Amino acid sequence: MEHVVIIGNGISGVTAARHIRKLSNKKITIISGESEYFFSRTALMYVYMGHMKFEHTKPYEDWFWEKNRINLKKGFIETLDTATKILHFSNGDKLDYDKLIIATGSKPNTFGWKGQDLKGVQGLYSKQDLENLEVHAPNNTICKRAVIIGGGLIGIELAEMLNSRKIPVTFLVRESSFWNGVLPDGESDMINRHIKNHHIDLRLSSNLKEIVSGEQGKVKSVIIEETGEEIACDFVGLTAGVSPNIDFIKLSDIETNKGVLVNRFLETNIPNVYAIGDCAEQREAIGKRKSIEAVWYTGRIMGEVVAQTICSNKMPYNPGHWFNSAKFFDIEYQTYGWVHGSKGKPDYEEHVHWKHDDDTKCITIAFNRNTNEFLGINTFGIRMRHEVFDRWLTEKRDVDYVINHLSEANFDPEFYKHYEQAIQNAYKNQLQIV
Amino acid sequence: MSHKPNQSMSLAKPDAQDLSVKQKIALAIGFTGCFILVLALFNTNFSNKGLFLTLSTVLITVGTVIFSNDAYLNTSKGIKNDGVWFKSISSRGILGWLTGIFLTLFYIVLYFYPQYLGLASDGQNNTGLIALFDPLSQLLSGRPASQWFVYGTLYTLAILVFGYKFMLKYRDNKHEKLRTVSVMFFQLAFAFLIPELMYRLNSDLPYYDLKSIWPLNYYNFERYRVNQFIDAGDVGLGLLIFGIVSILIITPILTYKYGKRWYCSWVCGCGALAETVGDPFRHLSDKRQIAWKIERWVVHSVLVFVVLMTTAVVCSYLGNDSSKYWLTRKLFLGLVTAILTLVFALTMIFKRQELGKDARYGAIGYFVIIIFLIGLHYFSTNTTLFLFKSETLRTTYAFLIGSIFSGVIGTGFYPIFGSRVWCRFGCPMAAILGFQQRLFSKFRITTNGGQCISCGNCSTYCEMGIDVRAYAQKGENIVRSSCVGCGICSAVCPRGVLKLENDSMKGRINPTEILLGNDVNLMDLVNQK
Repeated sequence: MEHVVIIGNGISGVTAARHIRKLSNKKITIISGESEYFFSRTALMYVYMGHMKFEHTKPYEDWFWEKNRINLKKGFIETLDTATKILHFSNGDKLDYDKLIIATGSKPNTFGWKGQDLKGVQGLYSKQDLENLEVHAPNNTICKRAVIIGGGLIGIELAEMLNSRKIPVTFLVRESSFWNGVLPDGESDMINRHIKNHHIDLRLSSNLKEIVSGEQGKVKSVIIEETGEEIACDFVGLTAGVSPNIDFIKLSDIETNKGVLVNRFLETNIPNVYAIGDCAEQREAIGKRKSIEAVWYTGRIMGEVVAQTICSNKMPYNPGHWFNSAKFFDIEYQTYGWVHGSKGKPDYEEHVHWKHDDDTKCITIAFNRNTNEFLGINTFGIRMRHEVFDRWLTEKRDVDYVINHLSEANFDPEFYKHYEQAIQNAYKNQLQIV
Repeated sequence: MSHKPNQSMSLAKPDAQDLSVKQKIALAIGFTGCFILVLALFNTNFSNKGLFLTLSTVLITVGTVIFSNDAYLNTSKGIKNDGVWFKSISSRGILGWLTGIFLTLFYIVLYFYPQYLGLASDGQNNTGLIALFDPLSQLLSGRPASQWFVYGTLYTLAILVFGYKFMLKYRDNKHEKLRTVSVMFFQLAFAFLIPELMYRLNSDLPYYDLKSIWPLNYYNFERYRVNQFIDAGDVGLGLLIFGIVSILIITPILTYKYGKRWYCSWVCGCGALAETVGDPFRHLSDKRQIAWKIERWVVHSVLVFVVLMTTAVVCSYLGNDSSKYWLTRKLFLGLVTAILTLVFALTMIFKRQELGKDARYGAIGYFVIIIFLIGLHYFSTNTTLFLFKSETLRTTYAFLIGSIFSGVIGTGFYPIFGSRVWCRFGCPMAAILGFQQRLFSKFRITTNGGQCISCGNCSTYCEMGIDVRAYAQKGENIVRSSCVGCGICSAVCPRGVLKLENDSMKGRINPTEILLGNDVNLMDLVNQK
């Protein structure tokens, strides 16, 4: 029986394993050094905030794996020999494979900052990171102030987490406005204000110069590059993005760049070795997508696809329309299609922007100014239907159609107030100004 | 630094979760109100009972209002579950267990030893706690209080004050606010005020909470009540007919249109208590698959039990002579058999493929048992019914299901098993509504394409123990008989994945293997098999 070994038990690896099991009788083994069972990484924040216990983050009960004949092996791989098809573990164990799927995910970025290895300095990615956070920032007497470096999605989640335990937070963001490499200005501004409303000390256009050591190798303070200001703190969160977690793969024959290089079939340069999820890097980017997509959804989609290929139905990774979501404190965010921030915005892309007076809801609709084709939507504080926008993007609807049919896409709970009329008015007004 | 390290994943309580000074004062005010009740229980003879009852009620209300305002109004609108698993009361800690034990003891005394609460024996005056409620009872219905009046008053008060707290907690969510106003209204008006006022207008009528429908109201068709209804003239007869119409006509229509939530989360008193007082315990429900299996067998067994019991009880007072009264014992049994056969046949013909294997076996098994027992009686003339005396069935049901299950376990164990234990495992009304919701209803919880991140907030906060995430992460709508449609899964979802909806029956159950967002060809290939 063919033995499929999957390195990594995150959403990518587990999705691949589940689909291979559905499609075949192959022997399947999932390897993880992080946790015995699959858990939802995105839910770690809720454990710290006391919304859930760790066991609640596990999407499948523990009996699921044995019942579905998916072997789980806990351990770290030290070397990977593609010639003999044997994996060598750090404790001396060996495991041979017929097909190998690399799904090792990411690790937090560090940029060689002075002091980045001190006690109390960490990212927020793994279960171990969560455990360390409980040691260094359990409450506001042990951690009198926390500093977060890097204004992305993990940074703002970490700010929300620390805030829930009433730990004062200083949030250093390199950009001039929160996440404005992705979000258009109106949205980014609104989130800036929302962050400050939660009593977060938000510092825009601020870079980290160094992290200062106190007694016993513990963090004492950070120094800001621009102003030279020193901020005393007991915890530093490094959340300046993530990069592929592939150190041990770099020692093998498998070709890597930032991530493990794969073709459209998610195949590496070595036959029978595949890479999926955060750690995979497309040799050529697909459409407007980045060549490395460190997103839950794309990891899952790659898992679905590679299972087909491994089970003799060779399939390219050919994702549908882009979508994503996040939550900024109390404000939910969804996006469908492409809406660019001011930096990477193509010339033809025009925006309709509407914001509610309460400063917690807004939408931006992007369209092609030459053809009026609808390109995408960012929605904050209003839930929208994935299925409807996916269909409209496929049908290449124009922006008038989308604006006039917005109520079909509304996904807010029953009895919620609707804002379609206000959005249509904003559209008309903006057209007149243009 | 002399601070103790407080470094647990969840067990130890981070200091930030402590109560504020204002909340402590509010608790003191509320407990002072409760203390007046305790004093009354120990036979303190208040000179002016009306005054002290009012004082107690006002203190409890004021305490809860101040507490809620301080807990929620100072924060931004949004989900308020910070520290739920760190607090002793809401994570099966010492406070949780103590509360559970206290409530359980209270229910045991209430159901089985009301004399300890001060219930008068024949012809004497009430004492203790029950006497404290005499003035209010006299005011409403003109008679002294009973243990049920005391219980009803406290029950209603609890729903009102904790309903206020719930509305502040979910003040960003209009659906939750409206639903809570609805259950507060139905409890105050239909369960509490109207029956008392009806008694004042026509003292022949039995106590009748109009929203409490058979089989939840399992005693509705017992002999003494039916006699009282009939003796009370047209109004009584109207109420009796309303009771039958409620379950046979009104309930199926509303459940078809809106799912069982129209009852369980908008009208029902048990649901009202679970959603308001029980809200801090909703996450304690058991989510394991084994719990779901037990639930299916227990709740449907209770339904079979109540059908048999009611049939037997009604039979026991019907005659055999059709010249005296048109509804004879044999005709009644024939009708019951006809209805059950019709339901069974329709389900098996049209919905057979939607039933799981164990559901099919269970349905066939129960159907055979019921028809066998009814047939046994239909063709015999002895006085025992279904092998047991109808009176034995009735008292057994009243004790096991009516008292122990719905009261002692159902509510007493809130802080241990979560707030909907009765609704999930015991309520025969929920079983009927759920059966229809699963097979003949427009209601479903829609999943939003591929947006689920499997975080598990929905499953954690489902009071009915449904593993909502298991469906959401497959992009599959949630169509479950036990779902009471409270809407909290949708509220706590951080990615906007869940929406409660009434839509067409077609495509309501939509299992998918490949989620929206992937290659269209692959989705077609795999999902349309």
